[in-house]
Amino acid sequence: MGLTDPAVRPEQNDATSVSSVSPNWVTTRLDFLTNWARANSLWPMPFGTACCAIEFMATAASRFDLSRFGMERMSFSPRQADVLICAGRLPFKLAPVIRRIWDQMPQPKWSISMGACASSGGIFDNYSMVQGIDTIIPVDVYVPGCPPRPEGLMYGIMLLQKKIKGESFTDETLRDEKLVGPSGLFLPPERVDELSEPFGNSVHQTRSA
Amino acid sequence: MSPLSPSVPALRAEFGDAVERSLVSSGDSIVYIARDRSHDVLAWLRDTPSQGYNYLTDVTAVEYRDPERPLEVVYQLRSLPRRADLRVKLALDKRGPLEVRSVVDLWRGADWLEREVFDMFGVVFAGHPDLRRILMWETYAEGYPLRKDFPLRGHFSRAEQTRQALAANPEAHYSLEELSIADAFDELPADMRERLARGERGFLK
Ligand code: SF4
Repeated sequence: MGLTDPAVRPEQNDATSVSSVSPNWVTTRLDFLTNWARANSLWPMPFGTACCAIEFMATAASRFDLSRFGMERMSFSPRQADVLICAGRLPFKLAPVIRRIWDQMPQPKWSISMGACASSGGIFDNYSMVQGIDTIIPVDVYVPGCPPRPEGLMYGIMLLQKKIKGESFTDETLRDEKLVGPSGLFLPPERVDELSEPFGNSVHQTRSA
Repeated sequence: MSPLSPSVPALRAEFGDAVERSLVSSGDSIVYIARDRSHDVLAWLRDTPSQGYNYLTDVTAVEYRDPERPLEVVYQLRSLPRRADLRVKLALDKRGPLEVRSVVDLWRGADWLEREVFDMFGVVFAGHPDLRRILMWETYAEGYPLRKDFPLRGHFSRAEQTRQALAANPEAHYSLEELSIADAFDELPADMRERLARGERGFLK
């Protein structure tokens, strides 16, 4: 059995009714191959803004050694990066910067939000801080902690690898660029407000406090 | 308890009523001076050999919780040869214009310090060569974040804050001399373009 020209409709060619998008064994094997390759050669784009970046550096250094995950090379150019790791809090002033870096990364790409601040604003529920980078770029894996230990970040990376291994390269929606739309946001405004709602200790502070 | 700095009686002898009051707090001498004479007093403290306050450690401001207390602009001075410190404060009535004379002509290091006070408190430093925001971005529209009437989370909704942040041009935070390419010039706000075009820091376009 071979690959069928997608231009040839199955009903026109019953002998080899294999469409390139049907879940047959050929695509399964290719998915396995591409996912295996992608998951084990994730080049990180480190976006270290604060204390979490120190722990990220510890993760990359010899004791924990990110290279074991195929992250041999820190990609300081977004053009050659696969996974953006935001390690630290993100002030609004940096929001257009991380957005531009994300837009410059070619598909396929993923992102990890490392630490409480990157994931939710953390303790910085104030005028200057983005309340979770998921209001700026799409996020695949959130790593909790303040800061997360290197084991925590590595667990997050392994979860991302697991997620990648479940992807299918025929599913093109996975590779959709979620661009900033005409509203100036990449999510609906209500969604941004909802994601930024105070929680935990900060619910005790009112907006006028 | 350290005694009052000898600079304070010297200031009183030189400037009389311009010295409003003085005190010692936690061993530091603090002197309040009249706003109108601030530049003269600070220049005198820098240039008089017996004073020699040649290093401006910090410029900052304080707004107290009690609304009737004035806002204070604080200059922390140090004399490197004499190893002496002096804190000079100006009280600004919040009902009037928050304006003081810039001291960038006395200490070049005051440049960014005064910009920070302007950015956070809205105090205008008359004569500053390039007075614009330094921590928040140039087009930040919510006000002055360290003022007591500023809500902790800002005035706008989170969606609006995010939208404005994403609309900012990351290159437009810098003056032209900070940029290797000047092509963000046309995207800067009009008043900043005008300031840069006539000031020593820009070039005529
Ligand atoms: S989560 Fe904690 S360690 Fe990480 S950036 Fe925020 S404050 Fe720093």
